[in-house]
Amino acid sequence: MCGNEALAEAAIIAGLDAYFGYPITPQNEIPAYMSRRMPEEGRVFVQSESELAAINMVFGASATGKRAMTSSSSPGISLMQEGLSYLAGAELPAVVVNVMRGGPGLGNIAPSQADYFQATRGGGHGDYRTITLAPASVQEMADCMPLAFDLADQYRMTVIVLADGILGQMMEPIVLDKKKRRKLPAKDWALTGATGREQNIVRSLWLGETALENHNYKLQAKYENIQKNEVLCEQYEVDDAEIVVVAYGIAARIVRPAVNKARQAGIKAGWIRPITLWPFPTEQISRAADQMRIFLTVEMSNGQMVEDVKLAVAGKAAVLLYGRPGGGVPTVDEILERIKQLTLPAKR
Amino acid sequence: MKTVFKRTPTLKDCPTHYCPGCGHGIAHRLVAEIIDELGIRSRTIGIAPVGCAVLAYDYLDVDMIEVPHGRPPAVATGMKRTNPDKIIFSYQGDGDLAAIGTAEIIHAAHRGEQITVIFINNAVFGMTGGQMAPTTVLGQVTATTPKGRNRTGEGYPLQISELLAALPGAIYLERCSLHNPAQISKTKKAIKHAFELQIEGAEGLALVEVLSPCPTYWRMTPVKAMEWIEKEMTKVFPLGRLKDVAGE
Ligand SMILES: Cc1ncc(C[n+]2csc(CCOP(=O)(O)OP(=O)(O)O)c2C)c(N)n1
Ligand code: SF4
Ligand SMILES: [Mg+2]
Repeated sequence: MCGNEALAEAAIIAGLDAYFGYPITPQNEIPAYMSRRMPEEGRVFVQSESELAAINMVFGASATGKRAMTSSSSPGISLMQEGLSYLAGAELPAVVVNVMRGGPGLGNIAPSQADYFQATRGGGHGDYRTITLAPASVQEMADCMPLAFDLADQYRMTVIVLADGILGQMMEPIVLDKKKRRKLPAKDWALTGATGREQNIVRSLWLGETALENHNYKLQAKYENIQKNEVLCEQYEVDDAEIVVVAYGIAARIVRPAVNKARQAGIKAGWIRPITLWPFPTEQISRAADQMRIFLTVEMSNGQMVEDVKLAVAGKAAVLLYGRPGGGVPTVDEILERIKQLTLPAKR
Repeated sequence: MKTVFKRTPTLKDCPTHYCPGCGHGIAHRLVAEIIDELGIRSRTIGIAPVGCAVLAYDYLDVDMIEVPHGRPPAVATGMKRTNPDKIIFSYQGDGDLAAIGTAEIIHAAHRGEQITVIFINNAVFGMTGGQMAPTTVLGQVTATTPKGRNRTGEGYPLQISELLAALPGAIYLERCSLHNPAQISKTKKAIKHAFELQIEGAEGLALVEVLSPCPTYWRMTPVKAMEWIEKEMTKVFPLGRLKDVAGE
C-alpha cells in the first residue's frame, strides 16, 4: 500500500462516515481509493466541485455529528482556509489531510514542507489553532488517522494531517490497527432534528458586547489544555549530544541515518522529531537546550518550524537551519556534511 | 370569539431585527408554517445564510446552522448525503446565492442534491448597506451604482433560476413574489411543494426564488417597495413555474 491508501483505509477503519474532495497531485490515490471503498461500506463519497465546496461539505456532515474528512495538497488547502476558520469558530470536528507539494502558487508537484506556517498558525482569519499531526512513515500515515478523528471529536476542532508527496506515494508494509481508542464525549450539540429537545444551533457569529471575546477565551482555554496534554514527540541520543537535529515528517526519516553516520564519525549528535507540530514540543526542546550548544533544524522549506524551535530554545543555544525549498529534498550526505561543518571546527 | 390567525409553533414568539416592510419576516413565517403543516419539525435542519437573514435560527425553531457566505448548498450536500432521512433546507439571499455562492448552487443542482432552497431576491446586498447584487436591475441606484446599474461594465441582472433550469438535476424551479397577499399565498404553495418533493425523495434540487422587498435600501416606503416589485422587478424576473419535472 502507498501512504495515501494506507491513510484512506485507516480512516475508514476509524469510522469515517463521509469523504469529500477535489483531485490534486500528489494525493489523488486518496479520492480514488475512497470512491471505491466508501460505497462498498455503505458510506458517503462525493467528488466536490472545488476544495471550497469540499470543506463546506465536511462542515455540513460534521455538524450532524458524522465523522467527515477531506484531503488535498497545498493549493487546495489554501482554498479551504475560509472553512477551517468557520470550523474553528463553530467548534466542529474535522480531519483535513494536506499532502504537501512545492509552492508558492501552483509551484510544482514535488514533495515539500512549506505549509507548516499555514497549518500551525491557524491559516484562516481569527484567533484559532488546528491540531497538526506529522507522520513520518506509511505505518504512521495509517496510525495517525484514528488518533486524528478521536482528537477532533474530543476537542471539537480540526485536526490536520501534514504529510508530503513522498509519504503519500511511497510503499511500505503496514499493520492496520482496529481497536477503538479514546472515550469520547457524546455529540449532544449535533444537528439531528429537534426531537424531544430544544433546537440545536451551530454558529460562529457572536454578536453583543463581549460575546465573541468570551467565546475566544473559551477556545483559548481549550487550546491551552491541548498544549498541556497532547504533545507527541520522539527523540534519540539527545542526552549527551552536542548537536541536536530537529526535523519532522519525511525530513526526519532522512535525518536519522545522517545522525547515525555522525555518531559513527565520533560526533555526539542526536535528533528530536515533533509528531504534533501544534501543539509543538516546546518543553522537550527547551529542556534539551539546557545542555545543548547547537540545534540544527532540517526542513523542506526556507525555514518555518525553525521559528518554533527558536521560541522553545529561547536564546539558550544556537539554532540553525538547513532548508530545501520548492520541492527540494535534502540528502543524508548533505545533512551529515552540515552536522560536520557545525561541530568539527569546535573540536579543533 | 373565533381565532382566525395565530402564530405557528415553529415561528418563535419574538420580534425580529428586520426593517419595517422587509420581506424576510414574511418568508420566515411561510417556512415555519410549512414545516408545521408538513409535520417535519423534528427532522428538519435549516441553513442560514450570511446576509440580513443570518439570525434566522433566532426566529425558526428547528435545528439550524450558520455557514460561510454563499456555501449553503455545499453544506446542505454534506448534511443530506450523510442524513438521507432528514429534510434539509437552505435560505439564501441573492448576494449569497447569485454572487459569491454561484458555483455552489450550480453544482448542487448539477449533482441533483435532494435539498430545498429558498432564494430571497431583493435586488441588493441588504446586510452590507445596499450595494449592487447580480440581481440589481438596470438603472437601479445602489450604494455601489450611484448613477444606476449600467449594462456596460456591470452587466445585466443575473437570472439564476433560468440558468438553473438548464440543469437536469434541478427538478423544480419557481419564481414567486411577496408583493401582495395573493402572491404570498402562491409563494407558500411553491415553497411547500419544494419541501414535499424532498419528503417524497424526488431525485433533484428544488428551488423557489422569492422577489422580496428591501424598502431600506431601495429607499422607498414599504408600500412603494411592493409596487416596485410588481411594476419593475417582475419585468426582469417574470413570475411563474420555470420547471417541475414531477408535474410535467
Ligand atoms: C466572504 C465574505 N465576503 C463578504 C461578506 C460581507 N457580506 C455579508 S452579507 C453580504 C451580502 C448579503 O447580501 P444578500 O445575500 O443579498 O442578503 P440580504 O442581506 O440582501 O438578504 C456580504 C457581501 C462576508 N460576510 N463574507
Ligand atoms: S436591509 Fe433590506 S433586506 Fe435587510 S432587513 Fe432591512 S429591509 Fe430587510
Ligand atoms: Mg439581497
